[in-house]
Amino acid sequence: MAETTAAPDPVACEITLDNLLEFPEGREILTCIQCGMCAGTCPYGDVMDYPPRRIIKMLQAGLLEEVFTSDSLLNCIACYACMAKCPRGIRLTELLLPLVKEQVFVQLPEVPAELQKALENTLRYGNPMGESPRKRAQWVTTTDVPIRDLSKKPERVDVLWIPECYMSYHPRGQEAARATARVFHALEVDFGILGAREKCAGECARLVGEAGLFDKLMDDNIKQFDKYDFNRIVTSGAHAYDAFKYLYPRFGFDQIVEHTTPFVARRIEQLKPLLTKKLDYTVTYHDSCCLGRHNGFYEEPRTLLQAIPGVKLVEMAHNRVNSICCGGGGGGMWLDTFYAAKGYDRLSDRRVKEAIASGAEVLAVSCPYEVSRFEDSIKVLGYDDKMVVRDVVELLAEAMEP
Amino acid sequence: MNILAVLKMVPDVVEELEVGDDGKSLDLDFLRLIVNERDEHALEQALLLKDKHGGSVTAVAIDAPEIDDVLFTALAKGADRAVKITDVEEGLSTRAAASLLAQVLPKVPNLLPADLVLAGCQATDDLDGQTAAVLAHGLELPYLGIVSQVDADGSTACVLSEFPGGVRGEFEVDMPAVLGIQASEKPPRYVPVAKVRAAMKSQTIEEVSAGTEPEASLAAVTGMTKPEAGGKAEMLDGSPEELAAKVGEILSERGLL
Repeated sequence: MAETTAAPDPVACEITLDNLLEFPEGREILTCIQCGMCAGTCPYGDVMDYPPRRIIKMLQAGLLEEVFTSDSLLNCIACYACMAKCPRGIRLTELLLPLVKEQVFVQLPEVPAELQKALENTLRYGNPMGESPRKRAQWVTTTDVPIRDLSKKPERVDVLWIPECYMSYHPRGQEAARATARVFHALEVDFGILGAREKCAGECARLVGEAGLFDKLMDDNIKQFDKYDFNRIVTSGAHAYDAFKYLYPRFGFDQIVEHTTPFVARRIEQLKPLLTKKLDYTVTYHDSCCLGRHNGFYEEPRTLLQAIPGVKLVEMAHNRVNSICCGGGGGGMWLDTFYAAKGYDRLSDRRVKEAIASGAEVLAVSCPYEVSRFEDSIKVLGYDDKMVVRDVVELLAEAMEP
Repeated sequence: MNILAVLKMVPDVVEELEVGDDGKSLDLDFLRLIVNERDEHALEQALLLKDKHGGSVTAVAIDAPEIDDVLFTALAKGADRAVKITDVEEGLSTRAAASLLAQVLPKVPNLLPADLVLAGCQATDDLDGQTAAVLAHGLELPYLGIVSQVDADGSTACVLSEFPGGVRGEFEVDMPAVLGIQASEKPPRYVPVAKVRAAMKSQTIEEVSAGTEPEASLAAVTGMTKPEAGGKAEMLDGSPEELAAKVGEILSERGLL
């Protein structure tokens, strides 16, 4: 699981719901034994009109049109739980659900307002917050290590670092971005960023069903990548990692892609002597869906945390493959108001309660979405004085302080 | 029912605005234009009326950077026609642009008379809300502004117009008429990017040359400056409790509590 080359995905981009059964990956869906493991493990399975099991049955019965007219699939936060648990190995989150969600999205009578704004912003400004694209790399001026902006100095680098939207714009994300830059610098990584030329990778757009927006972002990003000379992409976005590793290769993209956490974990021996400051924290690690269930990076973040002197690592009741999604994937990042209006539980609340029950005082994460989501939940649930959220890389940077 | 939705581009204030070298216009180097938000509501109201009563919607705009994207988006949302007025000098004043439209629109084949002409009641560069009113004057049609609800039946439209102080007025107006839309009855709809791309492939924007000079402007911009900081704000320091106490003190001192 060290270095991963983005090999072209066997699921060709031309698979559609109409020709699904002409492909082996599609025919695999017909092997469903209707065991209901998917619906049972889905964190929103109890409130969905059409959990994955039922969608497959509707597909087999030729009644899929009915699924398209329900907004039930807006509850799918693309957490890979159903796919990880399917005893038949059906590629639900990778293949079937995105195809169905695309149809659901197109037929939605109204796109929930918060999601609509995020999608419109992403199309226009390249980030869901609607921030100025010119200010994307403004955080760089607040860091104490040199960061090369390739759009200004395009000479070859080893690592093209893509911090992604939340690290570029969200104030807490920017803290993690500064920490990442410090860790890269200490590890003598030769890296550069795209500066104002970087744009959202589009994974959430694809997994909420806005395929056209994803296509446009991917086209723009690949054009940018082609302009520069680098050996690998390292991204801090767990969703961006999935986009570059699984979605872009279907369209011919073939760069080496890594996520920051496993990338740093591979340099653990080089890192250990630098972690000199003792951090007397009890830490629990939240496995992000993309890095954990989808890519199997369970041990890398834990190895890093355990390398920090003083850190005591405890586990939540649900960890690794059983981790509960923060609720931010598949467009869920911008559907909180929609779920609240329907009276559904906020998954980040559920997760924070588990984190508190673990006895930890630090909730460590590796996906930039989680910081804002968990910090919100901690405030809402009144645990402000009991728990803080930190990116693994932030803790590493803290342990490197004199 | 046939409806015209008039769209115009305004500076996108996501980027900070800078004054250009001439000292009287915006620096266009980093400026991007965006469709006026209230015009989007005008288009949405037009589409809602079409959904309800049938007929057609035509989106009309004066040529500007990125206007093709805006017009194709209108087509993808459900507009039947898109018309772009070309050969118009850049940087027209609101009044000049509106009266130019009033001169050109009647010459566009099969466009007027429309039952309703909808435009945003305001824009960031037209806070007076002149566009729709001047257009109505030029077309010699009745005008109602600050509209937040429209229904139309036969030859009259029933319009809800808002006034200061929370007062609302219900009006009946003979069609054709021009309405300045403040807000559509539903928020402007989302259109998937794939639909916009499909519209770009399958539909066309009709280009109509203005073929006329805009009327001489009665007012000219002589200078443009950024607001100067007044320095009269009093900054408070302290813990949240101390700050709250100070704010309370100031408010009661000035008789605001």
